[in-house]
Amino acid sequence: MTSTATDVSTKIALYRTQYELRLFEQRAYDLFLENLVKGTSHLGLGQEAIAAGVAAAMKQGDWTFATYRGHNHTLARGAGMTPVLAELLGRANGLMAGKGGSMHLTSVEHGMMGSYAIIGAHLPIACGAAWSAKYRGTDQVSVAFFGDGTTNIGAFHEALNFAVVWQLPVIFVCENNLWMEYTRTTEVTAVPNPAADRALAYGLESIIVDGNDADAVFEVASAAIARARAGQGPSMIEAKTYRHGGHSRADPGKYRPDEEVKEWLAKDPIVRYRARLIELGVPLEQIEAIEAEALAKVDTATEEAKAGATPGEDLLMKDVWADGGSAWRN
Amino acid sequence: MAQLTYREAIARGIAQEMRRDESVVFLGEDVAAAGGVFKGTVGLLEEFGPQRVRDTPISEQAILGAAMGAAMTGLRPIAEIMFADFFAVCWDIVANEIAKSRYMTNGQMSFPLVIRSGNGGGLRFGAQHSQDVSNWAMMIPGLKVVAPSNALDVIGLMAASIRDDDPVIFLESKGLYASKTEVPDTDVVDTLGSAKVLRHGGDATIVSLGMMVPRALAAAEELAGHGIDCTVLDVRSLVPLDTQTILREVSATGRLFTVEENPRLCGWGAELSSIVTEEVFYDLDGPSVRITTPHIPLPAADALEDMALPSVERIVTTIEKSMNS
Repeated sequence: MTSTATDVSTKIALYRTQYELRLFEQRAYDLFLENLVKGTSHLGLGQEAIAAGVAAAMKQGDWTFATYRGHNHTLARGAGMTPVLAELLGRANGLMAGKGGSMHLTSVEHGMMGSYAIIGAHLPIACGAAWSAKYRGTDQVSVAFFGDGTTNIGAFHEALNFAVVWQLPVIFVCENNLWMEYTRTTEVTAVPNPAADRALAYGLESIIVDGNDADAVFEVASAAIARARAGQGPSMIEAKTYRHGGHSRADPGKYRPDEEVKEWLAKDPIVRYRARLIELGVPLEQIEAIEAEALAKVDTATEEAKAGATPGEDLLMKDVWADGGSAWRN
Repeated sequence: MAQLTYREAIARGIAQEMRRDESVVFLGEDVAAAGGVFKGTVGLLEEFGPQRVRDTPISEQAILGAAMGAAMTGLRPIAEIMFADFFAVCWDIVANEIAKSRYMTNGQMSFPLVIRSGNGGGLRFGAQHSQDVSNWAMMIPGLKVVAPSNALDVIGLMAASIRDDDPVIFLESKGLYASKTEVPDTDVVDTLGSAKVLRHGGDATIVSLGMMVPRALAAAEELAGHGIDCTVLDVRSLVPLDTQTILREVSATGRLFTVEENPRLCGWGAELSSIVTEEVFYDLDGPSVRITTPHIPLPAADALEDMALPSVERIVTTIEKSMNS
């Protein structure tokens, strides 16, 4: 697919987003090594073009539903780096004051309607938000991101059928990074394109896109979102990509053949996009300025997150219920 | 005033709130055109139209996921899970997503939704269509759990559940669908977390829920003839739990008997018994006694199901034996 649909200013914004996501995830990884990020975390290194491209095609008021690998999506919708990083560090200035953690990043004010750590759960939830938009007569759309492994769980199939039958404005975006946790997806999946091939069974078009090309992602996402807004129902996009690291913090990803890793590193979305900008005549100094600004932003977020207070006991018993409390008895 | 069945009260309660609030919508399997497999939602499609009353595929995760997504974006959905046993196929959405998301997001989201379901035994449907799952729901932080015992409470507690800003699991006793109660013609709105004293007696306090309430009342009448005068309480909602009323009434008589439809282990009566022991132990004149379904899957045959569920006779003999020992 050509990239003619995006103008240069959009491209520069897309590069900035992708570069910021890359530096953020690298910093998150460094902070694991310093033992400042506890628990687990699932990095989106290598998959930045999908988060950036789709977010750029969305508008304010649209809803994003992501998985436990959701740092990229949360930042791409405009959530601040400091609260996201502070959430990873379990600090009171975190996006959810430390109550959710890396796998549950949520920022309702940015349309980031949650990161869900149970495979497939958020697909029907995204349908519900889309139903709500349709019922209320707004033109909002829901976008649900998920991995290749999700296509083998029941909720995926229930959500697809439901979205088609109710003609809901929801866009399903499969980030196919070829590996379902530690297992090659094709070894445990009946069809070669786990999302796109299944889409056909639900009467949807089979859409496959180069997930390491933000322009291509932007284009297919824009078209799918336009269809949804026009009342033409759901779409399924399968974006082929690769995660640069393992599944989670605990996984060095050694099960992947060196050749395969090498091949995909050569298709690094950010390296490719940078070259494209230069080819289009964007001055090198402008690109380097974006990169320097991104680094400064991540550095500032790191300092602010590290300086965040430890969450206090006052938070522990808050917000089980809508009245702000946790009382289950009188 | 008119006599209304428990099943008619369901549609009445939902309709009352749908007339008042456009954001109330209703979805489930066979709930619209067919009016529900138990005929509890007859007439709703005709009055409110197919945008607000919607049939779904047999996809419990989609039904509850859709309810959750709608609730977080401004609607007040009511979802039906046809038989409460089917919660097992969509429990992730209930227990992991709906119940936890307000807390995990530090209060960024609200889930004003009601999941209503035909709960418990009495209709000879066998083990996969008869279990009382009140204890499944009660043990999850973030869920409110309501179980009415009569048509009037169905309307009032349904209205309260729909108006509540938290997720409510609304358990309808299948065995009571045909029972009739006098209800006013005007709107009824009740309060969650308020137990009701249905009968006053000085000797023992019987605490019951859902389908066990009429049995507890019948047992109390019989026990009165044997010289044992019982207070009978209808818990009505397990979460929030009206412990004040319960503790007061247990302290007044000095004896607690719970009558529970759930299988034995971890039923709500165990929690109540623990609260009573911790907080009013010195008011007690004897042990707390739980009358429950044994810890077995519920059998289908009428003779066997009747043996399993607490009967009026079993309530009477258990309380008599305990009071006279």
